[in-house]
Amino acid sequence: MSAANKRVRIRLTINGASRELEIEPRRLLVELLREDLDLTGTHIGCDTTYCGACTVLLNGRNVKSCTVFAVQADGGEITTVEGLEKDGKLDAVQEAFAECHGLQCGYCTPGFLMSTRALLSRVAHPTDAQIRKGIAGNTCRCTGYQNIFKAVRAAAGGAGK
Amino acid sequence: MLGELGEEAKVLAGGQSLIPLMKLRLARPSALVDLNHIPRTAYIEPHNGQIRIGAMTRHADIEDSPAAARIPILHDCAAGIADAQVRNMGTIGGSVAEADPHGDWAPVLMALGAEVECIGPGGARTVPVSQFIKDAFTTTLGPAELVREIRVPSAGARSAGAYIAFKRCAPVYPTDSAAVEVRMLDDDFCEDAAVVLGSVGLTPVVVAEAASALRGQAITPHAIRRAAEAAMSAAEPQADLRGSVEYKRLLVGVLTERALLAALARARGEHVEVTHEYVGR
Ligand SMILES: Cc1cc2nc3c(=O)[nH]c(=O)nc-3n(C[C@H](O)[C@H](O)[C@H](O)COP(=O)(O)OP(=O)(O)OC[C@H]3O[C@@H](n4cnc5c(N)ncnc54)[C@H](O)[C@@H]3O)c2cc1C
Ligand code: FES
Ligand code: FES
Repeated sequence: MSAANKRVRIRLTINGASRELEIEPRRLLVELLREDLDLTGTHIGCDTTYCGACTVLLNGRNVKSCTVFAVQADGGEITTVEGLEKDGKLDAVQEAFAECHGLQCGYCTPGFLMSTRALLSRVAHPTDAQIRKGIAGNTCRCTGYQNIFKAVRAAAGGAGK
Repeated sequence: MLGELGEEAKVLAGGQSLIPLMKLRLARPSALVDLNHIPRTAYIEPHNGQIRIGAMTRHADIEDSPAAARIPILHDCAAGIADAQVRNMGTIGGSVAEADPHGDWAPVLMALGAEVECIGPGGARTVPVSQFIKDAFTTTLGPAELVREIRVPSAGARSAGAYIAFKRCAPVYPTDSAAVEVRMLDDDFCEDAAVVLGSVGLTPVVVAEAASALRGQAITPHAIRRAAEAAMSAAEPQADLRGSVEYKRLLVGVLTERALLAALARARGEHVEVTHEYVGR
């Protein structure tokens, strides 16, 4: 059996739960999440590192899970959109996107939510320029971004509307 | 280990160049050696008048570092590469090893006179970035050699640089870019200068004529104009989806002039923010 097919054991904390997994070394993080763990809230939009629909948090930082091998994340903490809600309560970022109509079809939304969460964990009160920069790696085909921008501002505690 | 795995084996750093290339089957390594869990490979430390940056240091860590606050050209570069997600994974070592003609680090590191430390079965060696990068996607790294560290000379009191790249949107490589470094005697008189262009040649283009238009001169608008014109003549852009040869040549002149003005202001002690420019920024 070649090294490429030999399964390897990794340990990940996914949305707070520690998991031990046996995977092929070539497994992408997004495939592991969606296909092995049924966490289908993380979307695949382009599979070319462009659109950001696959964005998850790795140790608190946003990354494009279509461009991370699961083995690279070994030992790390992953948060997906499913992990934002705590005890039946939506995260402030989710509330703000709902409130400000920061979505239409919703395909891009999990990615935007994760990039927004990462941004606000790093900078609690971002400037408009920091918001634009923070979500520049996420593409939306529907909204024209204005309401997404308002939602991020609202989540940061500013006036969204 | 790399030696044993043979020439088709590669190392995996952030994966932000390698994984997209593997998906396109443009890279088909026989084996990958993951550098992500090797301790003491990501650091930014002052040492003997240099800033030493470990190969596995992510662009985002450089962006937020005290070193980038002291040497703002490092911030200009690190903060503008692609988008937050790519900057959180991509590494400076991977970027230099990849030697993409559109990459941002190489022109900046060349303007700074930085060196690369490589390690391999034969031991360690240090080479200037300008000699390390031989051609598009080609460096002097041997098959079993690794980039261990990037060494940047610390900035003197009246030295400053600036880097400006233009790109069409965040998650793409620049159309053109200009890195400028100046060492001033006082507010007006320039002792030494370096101008290096990115994306307009197979490797970064060192514009010797721009440097001589500035070195040993009082910096006047005329001298700045001459440096920008020298950059435009030295550039060898290719026409592609990003623009025509004429457009890219004009753009290089504008970016050189603006980077130079920012570097001069910083050398005078002013705080100037510049970074990658794109529509909607
Ligand atoms: C959408 C997108 C946009 C981007 N835009 C830009 C941009 O605007 N500007 C820019 O500069 N870059 C850009 N990049 C590239 C990004 O900066 C990459 O992170 C970087 O070029 C490669 O670093 P990496 O750590 O991801 O390397 P990897 O992809 O892991 O590796 C790249 C190559 O270098 C080799 N390698 C890696 N580390 C070492 C080492 N220590 N020693 C020896 N060989 C090594 C690998 O074997 C491989 O061949 C972009 C990438 C994407 C996906
Ligand atoms: S699916 Fe990963 S960036 Fe588009
Ligand atoms: S809401 Fe449809 S892509 Fe963003």
